[in-house]
Amino acid sequence: MQHYEVVIVGGGPAGLAAAIEARKNGAQSVVVLERDRELGGILQQCIHHGFGLVVFNEELTGPEYAERFIDELMELGIEYRLETMVLEVNADKTIRAISPSDGMIEIQAKAIVLNMGCRERTRGAIAIPGFRPAGVFSAGTAQRFVNMEGYMVGKRVVILGSGDIGLIMARRMALEGAKVLAVAEIMPYSGGLTRNIVQCLHDYDIPLYLSHTITEVRGKERVEGVTIAEVDENRKPMTGTEKHYDCDTLLLSVGLIPENELSRGAGIQLDPVTGGPIVNEAMETSVPGIFASGNVVHVHDLVDWVTEESRRAGAYAARYVQNKLVEDASVIASRPGDGIGYVVPHKVRPENLNDKLAIFMRVKEVFHDAKLVVKADGEVVYSRKKRHMAPGEMEIVQIDAQKLKDLKPAELLVSVEGGETVHV
Amino acid sequence: MYKPEEHNVICTVCPIGCRLTVIREEHEPDGYKVIGGVCKRGEKFGVKEVTNPTRTVTSTVAIEGGLLPRLPVRTEKDIPKHLNYELMKLINQVKLQAPVKIGEVVVANVFDTGVNVIATRSMRAVK
Amino acid sequence: MRYGPYNHFTGSRMKRGEMYDVVIIGAGVIGCGIARELSRYDLSILILEKEGDVADGTTKANSAIVHAGFDAYHKTVNGQMNARGNPMYDRLAAELSFPFQRIGSLVLAFSEEELASLRELIDNANVLKIPGVEMLAPETVHAKHANLSQEIRGALWAPTGGICGPWEFAIALAENAVENGAELALNTQVTGIQKTDAGFRLSTAAGGSIESRVVVNAAGVYADTIHNMVAEPFFEIHPKRGQYFLLDKAAGDIVDTVIFQAPTKAGKGVLVSPTVHGNIIVGPDAEYVEDREDLRTTGPQLDYVRQAARQSVPNIPFGMNITTFAGLRAESSTRDFIIGPADDVPNFINAAGMKSPGLSAAPAVAEEVVKHVGVALGGELKERKDFNPHRRPAAHFAEASPEKQAELIATDPRFARIVCRCEYVTEAEVVDVIHRKVGARSVDGVKRRARPGGGRCQGGFCSPRVMEILARELGTDMGDVLKDGPGSYILTGRTKAVEGGM
Repeated sequence: MQHYEVVIVGGGPAGLAAAIEARKNGAQSVVVLERDRELGGILQQCIHHGFGLVVFNEELTGPEYAERFIDELMELGIEYRLETMVLEVNADKTIRAISPSDGMIEIQAKAIVLNMGCRERTRGAIAIPGFRPAGVFSAGTAQRFVNMEGYMVGKRVVILGSGDIGLIMARRMALEGAKVLAVAEIMPYSGGLTRNIVQCLHDYDIPLYLSHTITEVRGKERVEGVTIAEVDENRKPMTGTEKHYDCDTLLLSVGLIPENELSRGAGIQLDPVTGGPIVNEAMETSVPGIFASGNVVHVHDLVDWVTEESRRAGAYAARYVQNKLVEDASVIASRPGDGIGYVVPHKVRPENLNDKLAIFMRVKEVFHDAKLVVKADGEVVYSRKKRHMAPGEMEIVQIDAQKLKDLKPAELLVSVEGGETVHV
Repeated sequence: MYKPEEHNVICTVCPIGCRLTVIREEHEPDGYKVIGGVCKRGEKFGVKEVTNPTRTVTSTVAIEGGLLPRLPVRTEKDIPKHLNYELMKLINQVKLQAPVKIGEVVVANVFDTGVNVIATRSMRAVK
Repeated sequence: MRYGPYNHFTGSRMKRGEMYDVVIIGAGVIGCGIARELSRYDLSILILEKEGDVADGTTKANSAIVHAGFDAYHKTVNGQMNARGNPMYDRLAAELSFPFQRIGSLVLAFSEEELASLRELIDNANVLKIPGVEMLAPETVHAKHANLSQEIRGALWAPTGGICGPWEFAIALAENAVENGAELALNTQVTGIQKTDAGFRLSTAAGGSIESRVVVNAAGVYADTIHNMVAEPFFEIHPKRGQYFLLDKAAGDIVDTVIFQAPTKAGKGVLVSPTVHGNIIVGPDAEYVEDREDLRTTGPQLDYVRQAARQSVPNIPFGMNITTFAGLRAESSTRDFIIGPADDVPNFINAAGMKSPGLSAAPAVAEEVVKHVGVALGGELKERKDFNPHRRPAAHFAEASPEKQAELIATDPRFARIVCRCEYVTEAEVVDVIHRKVGARSVDGVKRRARPGGGRCQGGFCSPRVMEILARELGTDMGDVLKDGPGSYILTGRTKAVEGGM
């Protein structure tokens, strides 16, 4: 049995930030366990730019963003193990992992930070009818093939889902010589950033069909075509609106799901809406001493917020190890109200806050000129007018910690007030 | 009927995504009037998008002797948008040998724009 | 030995133009079962398969149920073969090391009329001597199975019902047959059969010809086509499509036994069942299709399956679906299995019309066909002294105890390299299934044998790794690795002009 103060499960952006911050906050022995052949996680295949505006105040590509953290990890001399797959995380903070170089590894940690990230929703999850030929890829898998392995996945492409990965891949495929015929989105608004709609679709004359979905995949061995159709308000395809495309490839960008098999194994409580652990202000899960941050908790829009959240998780894990975390404090429940899909964290112990409490959330619809309001047992503790809010973008609210320490409310309720819901 | 030159532009300065209309007006300082936006940055963006749209291009180049067969690269700064495909043709001919350090210039001064194509990650050599 | 999508395997006799004792057309669970059973005897055997892998037709897309045998009517061949086949599974699973679990099955009745049909099934079961079949009261059912509908009026319980891995079973049969001397030619479609003085000459799509004394027709949905090449037509195969959902393991505890619905005039209902891998399978509907390759799923029929399944298990979590698929049942116009020589061509033996319960019956069908082959070859078949009924079990890292896992890693560090994060499949397992006899040659071939990509991410993470390993082990380029059969290419070339891309 090996002993560490803080074990970080996952060496992507979340794990890197958590490890660095744990060390900076005084954790002596920290180790990052990464299942891939290198650190950086999914950022290594996200070769487009647009990362780092919040954290570094400049625009970086994914690998550049990752390398800054990897460099810092190295400079701090933090231990990491590659090709190391964690098989089990237990509530007593033991971990079982394997790697080709170290064989079976058993670790007793004082604190654990879960940073496993997320995976893509598949064709199966949305049950697209038709044949099951080669040529149907989730956008992230295609991204890996094209950007890291150096292979094209198709010549004529239709994309389902207007999430950012799908939009980014539309541009990548076009630049590498493929013809991207259309992007279909079942919702009446795009799931991606406006900037990506413009720079990835408009720049390459790729049409975006909102309120459309794929109704059939053709081709027995390889995709030969797809049919898209407009959907009604219940998201059911309407007959007579079908468009047929001859294509050899269908890319899917239909959502991300936090990867919580290890969390389940440890008996950690999950939020059915986010698919990730229920956490408190310290990003600590329902199992004391096991923390979680990044896309394993909820799917973020920008990696910068993953970093921000994971720094908190790492710092609090270090504090936990040093017994500096107040455990038996009063607990505020934070809840989503009208117009809000979820809030993270779910529980707040004001005694442990530094100067601010950051609440991350997603709205359920597109809102214009609405107010984002937080009430502590009915009293408004935050209110801000927002010109534009959309489910594709995370909203962040910062609340003065002192206010919460003074009020000691039982509940924080976050809601959208006024404004109009917009169907673009 | 006389109709001034008019362009529809979606602003990408921030996530709001204002629908801008950029109209040719000789007497405006920039030569254009921008309506539909909410901020000064958006106005500047609108005019630039009509007069000289530019983009950062990210892609990969072939590499040998590294962990992976492709190395990610980007233009250090924006280049004129119309050069996107020309740039791809250029970098598709490049083949590097590992090791490469992040920020290393892969192609200098592309199309005399003064912009370099640089490596966006380090790749050490593997046996 | 090479065979698979890249090269046609040619058996030694096939190459030399010698005559086989038996050629089996079709490498599904029926054909492979017959081959394995025949390989006990001193015979030269060749299996011909038009697809790039064994188990690539009906065997890879069905309910995976080993029926207890109460359902198929006792006066039919179906009924007799099912009753005989089911008990044979325990020994086969032990010898061949494929997944099989006797988890029992329930048939739910929702009305007085359906209860009556359950009583008829019990009578049928009694004639066929199916053990332990009994009627249960709703309270008894609910006490054990909390997720079943409150609307049920009673249920038939059959403790001998089971589930298996159909393609693992067929692959194991083929592998064991080949280890015992049978030969296998994939990507080899039979296009004509001629009678000769000594037997038959079969011509193949690739232009070759093969001689054999006896031909066994196990050609699934094409069994009528094959039959009619040489014998007087007397049956037609009408493919009946069934569509399914496969739910994530996280939903795996919603039922722990096979849940059927009572047969009514409207049909046999849909089932909800655990799979041997811990998932939940839901389906099928039943729909005749013209095209014998029409494996499409369709929106309306999937909706029907969802609705029908909710009658049995109201809160079934379709949000946890990981894949949908369709399979074709090879239903004969005679409405029963067709086992035995063609009337006008005694050495041409049919094993046709293998609709449900074809999988359950497969071991018994193989025995029957062997008898017919014996007769056709003129008497007693000579047993081989060196027949080995056992197949080397594959190591399944995910299912091993921590101690056993450590042991595996100590013998081969590739057991410590996880390829598939969802099913915890290791590189050592992938490499093993590539190098076994009847080894995998495609991504789906690997998936059928070792399960990477069979989990919730459906190959999103692992398919690039599996392709890399296939390419490395088979000495080919990753760009040439196929998903499954010929034409199912995954990649379309390299990215950069400098490396021959665009």
